Amino acid sequence: MTPDDIRHVILDALKRVAPEVDPASIQSGVSFRDQLDLDSMDFLNFVLALHERLGIDIPEVDYPRLYSLESAVEYLTSPLQRPDSWA
Amino acid sequence: MPSLGADMEAGTLVEWLKHPGDTVKRGDIIAVVDTQKGAIEIEVFEDGTIESVRIRPGEKVPVGTVLAMIRGAGAERPLVAADTAPVPASVPEVPSPPAAAPLPQTAPREESRRLRTSPMARKLAGELGIDVTRIEGTGSQGAITREDVERTAATLKPSVLPQPKPSAARLGDMRGAIAAAMARSKREIPHYYLSTIIDMSTALAWLRAENEKRAVTERVLPVALLIKAVGLGLREVPELNGHWIDGAFRPGAGIHIGCAVSLRGGGLVAPALHDVDTMDLATLMRRLADLVARARSGSLKSSELSDPTITVTNLGDQGVDAAFGIIYPPQVALVGFGKISERPWVGSAAIEARPLLTATLSADHRATDGHRGGVFLTAVDRLLQTPERL
Repeated sequence: MTPDDIRHVILDALKRVAPEVDPASIQSGVSFRDQLDLDSMDFLNFVLALHERLGIDIPEVDYPRLYSLESAVEYLTSPLQRPDSWA
Repeated sequence: MPSLGADMEAGTLVEWLKHPGDTVKRGDIIAVVDTQKGAIEIEVFEDGTIESVRIRPGEKVPVGTVLAMIRGAGAERPLVAADTAPVPASVPEVPSPPAAAPLPQTAPREESRRLRTSPMARKLAGELGIDVTRIEGTGSQGAITREDVERTAATLKPSVLPQPKPSAARLGDMRGAIAAAMARSKREIPHYYLSTIIDMSTALAWLRAENEKRAVTERVLPVALLIKAVGLGLREVPELNGHWIDGAFRPGAGIHIGCAVSLRGGGLVAPALHDVDTMDLATLMRRLADLVARARSGSLKSSELSDPTITVTNLGDQGVDAAFGIIYPPQVALVGFGKISERPWVGSAAIEARPLLTATLSADHRATDGHRGGVFLTAVDRLLQTPERL
């Protein structure tokens, strides 16, 4: 998966918790919580959606790295997070 | 039409999921009703067989209206109405016998009507998919004419299949319902307010270690701990769990915690998480996630809206320190949680930074006194210090 694919996966996952949000309006460097009024349940559902789509178990300690689009793309494309099957 | 909360006055039947002759069991979903809180699945509270349905899809009727008649499974209760959810309002448990509400259309009348429908009208009605018994005849002796069918087709169709309301209209309705319930609460309920600061370091450390062991699908949020602690605390102070009806406190049948859920785009519902005190944390978390998702998508069950015995509101995610809520009548208490944040705390020998949480209680002074409220908040604090036992 390319960073662009990952970006799409993230935006899809966000769409599931905040269906009314226009993906084009999301600012890359600003936290999702601040932009989209997500609560902790929404955020958990966002992580669950990523889990379903990507098949990875994101540990709780890494949650802060998913707080914005920019950092989430970076985190999810890092080699550590990338199973061989993605290549 | 069951009361799905103190703020509901009427509902529109969307569809019947069970029909005359069908056997139903307690808890079965028999119909869908549209309210300002979304489409609600109506559960039946008796075992038996559907005898007749009295309300048609598209009809809007006030709370308390008999929707259907059910022949009870046992001989001792021959007929019960299908709207007998055990609501805490003043709706009688078993509504008046079948004779009470005259049926707009009885079987014999349908039969005679049919005889007075012209073949042309009947054919047209068939083509348009309209039940001729729903048509008001204007011909001689009330005969149904072709014009009657056409007129009915124009007026009836939209109400037969109610369209989902535009969200702005729904939001307006919901605002009105919240306004009515909250104004009633402030008018009738003499609130008292208490607050306490809870050290969450033990609970959060335990939860962090637990979640490390759990797959992402099994992880538990701190709010689940809080709700469970409230559930167990209510066992110790049961007079906060129930309803104030007709000048007296009626204890809840179980500990059914209404969880305030804000809806995306505005509005609020507080559906019940049932029997919180008996659930383990993983189950509680799963049910809570499901409840929140269904509240937001507008597909709650009637019992979830009609039987909360207390409400919990958690505004911590919005960054507030403390939430002093307004009791949802006829409940007698509401528990509020603010955010968990690092603050100075006097530990054994020094001032330390600890994750602290302010828990509040709004309670009805007619049902309890501040002393019992304080006992409850203290119990919640104590329960949260042994999270492994929650």
